[in-house]
Order: sequence, then C-alpha cells, then structure tokens
Amino acid sequence: MSLNNDVAMRAMAAALPVPEFDGTPWTEPPPLSEATVAICTTAGLHLDSEHGWEPNEDPSYQMLPSDARNLVLDHWSPNFDRVGIAADLNVAYPADRLEEMVDEGVIGAIGPNHVSFTGNQDDTVAKVRLETGPAAAAELKAQGIDVVLLTPV
Amino acid sequence: MCTLAHVFEAAGLATVSLISVRDVAERMRPPRALYAEFPLGRPLGKPLDPDYQRGVLDAAFALLDAEAGPVLEDFPDVITSEVENAVACSLPPRHDPSLPPAVDEARALRDAYDRAVEATGRTSVGRVIDADGIPDALAAFARIVDGTEWMEAGLPGFGIDTVHDIRAYYEELCPELAGGVPDAWASEHWFYDETEAGKLIQAARRAMRDQGAPQMLWFYMAPVVRDPDK
Repeated sequence: MSLNNDVAMRAMAAALPVPEFDGTPWTEPPPLSEATVAICTTAGLHLDSEHGWEPNEDPSYQMLPSDARNLVLDHWSPNFDRVGIAADLNVAYPADRLEEMVDEGVIGAIGPNHVSFTGNQDDTVAKVRLETGPAAAAELKAQGIDVVLLTPV
Repeated sequence: MCTLAHVFEAAGLATVSLISVRDVAERMRPPRALYAEFPLGRPLGKPLDPDYQRGVLDAAFALLDAEAGPVLEDFPDVITSEVENAVACSLPPRHDPSLPPAVDEARALRDAYDRAVEATGRTSVGRVIDADGIPDALAAFARIVDGTEWMEAGLPGFGIDTVHDIRAYYEELCPELAGGVPDAWASEHWFYDETEAGKLIQAARRAMRDQGAPQMLWFYMAPVVRDPDK
C-alpha cells in the first residue's frame, strides 16, 4: 500500500505560477558564530493567546517571542503532514535546535522574535512581496537580526 | 517561502531557505537554498530526533559560506512517505448508538486527546471551536450528509476551518493511540479511511459540493489528491 501523497503534491506545486524576480539579491552575512539569527516559518504559527489568519490569502505576519513554545498551528491546508508538528514543533520550527547551537557557540545569538507567515497565498504573492514581507524584514533588522532561516511546510 | 527570501535578502538580511519543492526553487532562485526530499510538513525531516534535525541545520547554515549565489544544494538523505502499513491506532467501540458514529467516536477519544495536550503542553484545536465543540461540529456535518443545507446545519465556521480543528484533535491524539509519531501521511490515511470522523467529512464534502457550496469551502476539507467521489 502506498501512502505517499508528496509526489502528487510536489508535482502540483511545481506546476503553479511563481513570481519572477530580476536577479537574486545578496547580503554578505557575518560569521555564523557572531550572527544573530531568527526563524521565518510559513506554517501559520501564532501564540495561543492570539488570533490566527483569515482562511485564505491573508498576507499578514506575526512576531513570535523566541522563547515561546505555546504556539498554535493555524495553516489549515490538508495538503501537508501535520502530525509531525503536533508532536514536535522543531520539525518545522527549530527554535530549540537554534538555542542549542547558541549554547555550543555555533550561532552568535537568537533574536528576540521569530516570525510567521502562513501559506495559501495568491499566485502573485504581491502583498507579501511589496508590503508585509518588507515590513517584517524591517522589524527583524531593527531587532538586530543578521541571518534568517526560512522554513516551509 | 522563496519570495520572502528575496524580500529579506534585498532588505539586508542574509537568508537560508529550506526547500520542499525543488522545481520552485530552481525557477525562483532564492539566494541560499537547501532542498531536502522530506515529507511535506516536516522540513527538518524527523520529529523528536534532535540529532537528525541538527544535521539538516548544519547543512543549511553551511550555505552561508558561499561567496556568491544563488546556491541550491541537495541534502543527501531522502525520507519518503512510502510506508507499507497504515498507522495502528485502535479506535473505541460504539458506546451510544443513538449518536452519529463520528460523534460517539470523538467523545470516546477525549481522554486520549487530553493526554496528548498534557504531554505537549499545546494544542492547535481552536481555530473556530475548542475540543468541547468537536462532537457538535461532527453532528453538523452528519446533518449535511443527511440532507440539511450546509448553511442551515449549524457549522461553527466554514467547512475548511472546522475540519482543521477536527483534524487537529485527531492528529494530536493519534500518537497517544499509536504509541509514537506515525510516518508522514500514515495518520492522514488513518483519519480519512479508518475513523468515523474522517469518513463523515468526506461524505459531507461530497454533499456540500452537490448542494452547490463554494468550492473553496468544501474542496479543501480533504487533501487535493483525494477524489471527492471515492
């Protein structure tokens, strides 16, 4: 019995239109051992005391205090495995792993916040590209972040 | 995800992206990307396996040493969702035959759900209903299957977000019944093919389609690979 839906899902995702960018920007990072790092996830994670996202194409983001683990998975799509995250946030949001890397001196520091968007965006991703994405980047920069680890679901 | 990598990098943040669909990264060319063929929803590969997760992070952060981009590399290990056996979660016997089977089932599983929440300290049930509301939400879906118009059935939210809460309830208690975290998609098959709740939701999905409900509200009540007519 095959229980693999990922092949079909990847094929569908590969067929979707994507935004086109002129070139690839490049920012030179400091050494990782001196860098301040944050996670950006698209799992639609939010504090259990906060509201989640609108059901579809909500381009907003939420800052997550980096020491918070009382997080709710709000991304309602049925098209990815959710049991792994239910059992262990780190499989999509490796906050504990990053803290261990700081303790070992591999990473310089963790920022005060990580950040979450949610999936289910329109094909142009225009508002994320032009409004909420730059706003989140500005907040992270203001908080001293050098490096962002982006994790999908 | 690739869009945010472009936006963040342009704003002066160095980014490293974990990638789950290689073709998209090839087309969008984010600055630094590590493609890992893992089950969708598990970008670090293995839940409750810190050493494995750390290996993925080490490979990802190593991309920061690149002098120019875009860089797209493959994580050497592959985890497929091909499993031979569905998850073994024993379901409770019928307790109250006067209730729709899914309602009876959800009530009987409440202790397992409470144990799961106690173990993890969190729950994703609550988008539109909390755990107390799960049986009533299933009763609403049962009414739709029995012929009540979907807008008159008493659904606490839209179809998709009500299902989100029901699935979260079952997904969170599933490891309690299975004695561990199931392989990716195994619990999805367990939910939709084995549980009364999953079978009811698929029937309600067909009924809402046939009643003319907006596709957005019924289609995503199950994964897109599931044919509504099967």
